Amino acid sequence: MTENRRRVVVTGLGATTPIGGDAATTWASMLTGRIGIRPLTAERYADMPVRIAGTIQVEPTEVLDRVEARKLDRCQQLALVASRQAWADAGSPEVDPNRLGVVVATGIGGINSLLDNYDILLARGPSRVSPMSVPQLMPNGAAAWVGLDLGARAGIHCPVSACASGAEALSYALSMIRDGRADIVVAGGTEACIHPITIASFGAMRALSTRNDEPERASRPYDKGRDGFVMGEGAGILVLESAEHAAARGARVYAELAGAGISADGHHIAQPEPEGRGAASAVRLAIVDADVAATDIVHINAHATSTPQGDIAESRAIRSALGSAVDGVAVSGTKSMTGHLLGGAGAVESVATVMALVDRKAPVTANLEDPDDAIALNVVGGTPRDLRSGDIAAINNSFGFGGHNVALVFRSTS
Amino acid sequence: MAQSEQEILEGLAGIVNEVAGTPIADITSEKTFTDDLDIDSLSMVEVVMAAEDKFGVTIPDSEVKNLSTVGDAVSYIAKASVGS
Repeated sequence: MTENRRRVVVTGLGATTPIGGDAATTWASMLTGRIGIRPLTAERYADMPVRIAGTIQVEPTEVLDRVEARKLDRCQQLALVASRQAWADAGSPEVDPNRLGVVVATGIGGINSLLDNYDILLARGPSRVSPMSVPQLMPNGAAAWVGLDLGARAGIHCPVSACASGAEALSYALSMIRDGRADIVVAGGTEACIHPITIASFGAMRALSTRNDEPERASRPYDKGRDGFVMGEGAGILVLESAEHAAARGARVYAELAGAGISADGHHIAQPEPEGRGAASAVRLAIVDADVAATDIVHINAHATSTPQGDIAESRAIRSALGSAVDGVAVSGTKSMTGHLLGGAGAVESVATVMALVDRKAPVTANLEDPDDAIALNVVGGTPRDLRSGDIAAINNSFGFGGHNVALVFRSTS
Repeated sequence: MAQSEQEILEGLAGIVNEVAGTPIADITSEKTFTDDLDIDSLSMVEVVMAAEDKFGVTIPDSEVKNLSTVGDAVSYIAKASVGS
């Protein structure tokens, strides 16, 4: 079955994150351990239990045209910034619009626009609610704007699976190309939901770090002192293309998106299944789908949100899925630097996973000062680790509230 | 407070520029919102909302469809602001 399947390669990368306004800067920051977690100094956060977040490094309004920006929710602005980077990076390919697809996910959607308009409704009544509020709040809005910008007509999609959304978008895009629906799919995820209500809501779940006095030390996956994740905002976009289409136009190829695995925990609405069975299943399925050997896997960009339970469950899942091969795998937790970009996480971390294969370097896990003994993984600490030469593969894991698990396998092509 | 049609035109041009990015100099009385200025139906709602706030008038939906050109809107606002 896999013999006749269309291969899918990565030909363009884009990102805007708390540690860089583009993919190259974001990746360079991940190699040097630069951290983008900052205090939330606005008055409205003064009484919040959490007053830190991974705020965007380059404001999208500095990049986008003013009139364009005012139509879009912030999460849509970030997606458009990242998609234009990725498209230009791919060489702005000539493609039949009917063969061009878009899959841009978000976990939360345009919540800041929704809430801004609710404030207007309360203060001034229904006549002053913006006619753009529905396009801004709808979760598919970011995908739709990216699709309009590119003139894509092969289908525009927005998988919503909490913090697995960005990775699920890439999985969906992979299927679109394999199924013959498109030759190129612009795919990724975005999130910009920092607001007192989301801080209070995630805080009510006791999911967030409260290390308010030390923002840069707050996101610390695998460290004994971790006390929850840090919310972040940002977007990552990859241009995925059938290998034939990329070869025909002489495109530069970063790596191959070789396989995807999806599963569900069937356990709890928010808690990870303690043994990581669902996550392990996703990793196994991805490896089978990619048709690689476990020993080809040299690096994992882990979900690693810095929650006490989640990091341990993922550690068990990875060990269970890879068996003894796991000891040779360099595991990185880049949320230590970006914070948790929720629906954007899987996409930004896929950009990082691709660049790890290209540069043959596993990025830093910042703040790993006192490794948790319960984490039985070969974790990369404060210095990036060289990956071996030859044919190698790497995995990006993303899991979401609701029990969503997505694992992606990327394979080196050079 | 009565405003001259020239003042209203300038104020309205500022609003259209803010909403649609059209250069102020291009926003003249004879221009149609839809065809000449590329104001879609959602943007027109924004223009009307901003004009109501700026000029202290009410422009009901039933009137908006009659405001084809910038000049139509200026005339309507001038009459409405005298009456208010």
